[in-house]
Amino acid sequence: MSDAQKYWKANIRLVIGCLVVWFVVSFGCGILFAQQLNGIRIGGYQLGFWFAQQGSIYTFVALIFFYAWRMNQLDRKFNVSED
Amino acid sequence: MTNLQLWTYAVVGATFCIYIFIAIKARATTTGEFYVAGKGVHPVLNGMATGADWMSAASFISMAGLIAFKGFDASVYLMGWTGGYCLLAMLLAPYLRKYGKFTVPEFIGDRFYSQTARVVAVICLIVASLTYVIGQMKGIGVAFSRFLEIPFETGLFIGMGIVFIYAVLGGMKGVTYTQIAQYVVLIFAYTVPAIFISLQLTGNPIPQLGLGSTMSGSDVYLLDKLDLVLTDLGFAAYTAQKGSTLNMFLLTMSLMIGTAGLPHVITRFFTVPKVRDARSSAGWALVFIAVLYTTAPAVGAMARLNLIDTIQADSIAPDTSQNLKIDNLPAWFTNWEKTGLLKYEDKNGDGRLQYVGAKYGDTTVQNEMTKVDRDIMVLANPEIARLPNWVIALVAAGGIAAALSTAAGLLLAISSAISHDIVKGIIAKDIDDKTELMAGRIAMAGAIVVAGYLGLNPPGFAAQVVALAFGLAASSIFPALMMGIFVKRMNNAGAVCGMLAGLGSTLVYIFMYKGWFFVKSTAMMADTPEGWIMGISPGAFGAVGALINFAVALSVCAVTKAPPEHIQHLVEDIRVPMGAGTAVDH
Repeated sequence: MSDAQKYWKANIRLVIGCLVVWFVVSFGCGILFAQQLNGIRIGGYQLGFWFAQQGSIYTFVALIFFYAWRMNQLDRKFNVSED
Repeated sequence: MTNLQLWTYAVVGATFCIYIFIAIKARATTTGEFYVAGKGVHPVLNGMATGADWMSAASFISMAGLIAFKGFDASVYLMGWTGGYCLLAMLLAPYLRKYGKFTVPEFIGDRFYSQTARVVAVICLIVASLTYVIGQMKGIGVAFSRFLEIPFETGLFIGMGIVFIYAVLGGMKGVTYTQIAQYVVLIFAYTVPAIFISLQLTGNPIPQLGLGSTMSGSDVYLLDKLDLVLTDLGFAAYTAQKGSTLNMFLLTMSLMIGTAGLPHVITRFFTVPKVRDARSSAGWALVFIAVLYTTAPAVGAMARLNLIDTIQADSIAPDTSQNLKIDNLPAWFTNWEKTGLLKYEDKNGDGRLQYVGAKYGDTTVQNEMTKVDRDIMVLANPEIARLPNWVIALVAAGGIAAALSTAAGLLLAISSAISHDIVKGIIAKDIDDKTELMAGRIAMAGAIVVAGYLGLNPPGFAAQVVALAFGLAASSIFPALMMGIFVKRMNNAGAVCGMLAGLGSTLVYIFMYKGWFFVKSTAMMADTPEGWIMGISPGAFGAVGALINFAVALSVCAVTKAPPEHIQHLVEDIRVPMGAGTAVDH
């Protein structure tokens, strides 16, 4: 496999990993399993409600920065960085 | 003139001076500057500009009101309008930045070597952006007429004039730097009242924490209190789910995909110097957006509690002797009543108001708050909580900033599509840079006039078409862009068929419930949860449309010829960051 193919494969793996987390926190914890999670509380928040209105958004932010950081590493490793 | 009006004139006037000052400083002299700000915008600043670009009058004025009245079910908007940035950062922005051209239809036209694809993209872009702009124009008019007490039309003309100055002169460059200023104004205006109210109710200055805290001077949690008060009064519990799970799921997905597919947002990522800046800039954009989006749930819940408290002094009251007296209404109440957004009727003639829901146990007790428009929640919130006048003035300036910044971004997307994709791309291919720049300015001026006209004479379906904007972006633009990058074999036939199938199915589904071309009498099914196929609302169909697009495109592509070699090279090239065009100096 050429370096370009390996770079693209690694990129796809990273994106899929990030999108799994993206799906689990929003659609999973915030919608599909929100009612079950509501049995658990953090302070005045029911957990499902917290994920739907707060937690998923914080996770999205963290995910994008994690993705950007890992991609920069991949760019350098495969020598395709812009500088 | 009252003290509040003086404050409002001062604050709104000061922000306008800043916008005009920036407009004069940041004039565009080339098409590169006009379309993509010379690709020299710092990623953090671009994130801030994206935040203002994205957060419209709807986010600023309407969203907290939606949350206040829908509770848990409004989570779809919070997740939908933020989660799209993950898709944008990971699936689109860096690759489109690497491609390094000026507009979204241009990429679609080049990648699928098809003028048809480009024209379909232009049409989707213009319909989606124009419908969006109408709402912004309305927001500007409402903010002016309510707070400065000048006629709606005058307010709209002032707003149009301001956008005209900086968008026509500065193009993307001028829009970018004013959006940065507008972000600062709008976020300050949103969070300051929220901090005040959170302090009043819970003693915690951070609204995100206040929402999960106990009420001041008691050990009952705010959300528990709200649930209790609402169910006692016969409303649905705040934190309980009311709608169907499938519809919530699909609506969230549609809003996410639609967000990632809206051209005016995507174009913002063409303005950063490098591919890796496009990735991090999406993160910064979401940071700046999250400040407002995580505050909004607190604003919504606290505003609902304050509203009920003001009217129903004693929360459960078959005995109404403690309720709000009609001859002693607070000033905000009568002010909003004048706008028609707040209405009451003293049905039992006791001279006091009562505010109860449909499920209230005692059926002889009638609800007397006949209309509480959810749009007033954010704007009236500081007055309901009796905050100082300068805070109320700030909210007016913030609402105007949110509407202006989004309007400018949308108008820019429209004018670029006209001058770059239609004029330069199809009609007059050999015009020089200077002529194209002039065409861009004329298209911008024309777009402002059209948007202003539609703002003054909003078509009856204005409110309905917001669903259309997201549906179009989700079902046509996003899948085409994504497959253009991730499916090397995707060809022109597949992409065009996919776009048309996604677009067509979404339009048909929306028209079935809203009427063909939004003529209400031609609606074929009842637009209620019972009438929706499998409980899927028209606004939530974009995700299904996207799925149809992907399926049709991949099937057609499998049985037709692979794209030519140079297109396959193009795809390989946009997948690596190396070699992206460099920034033009600012």
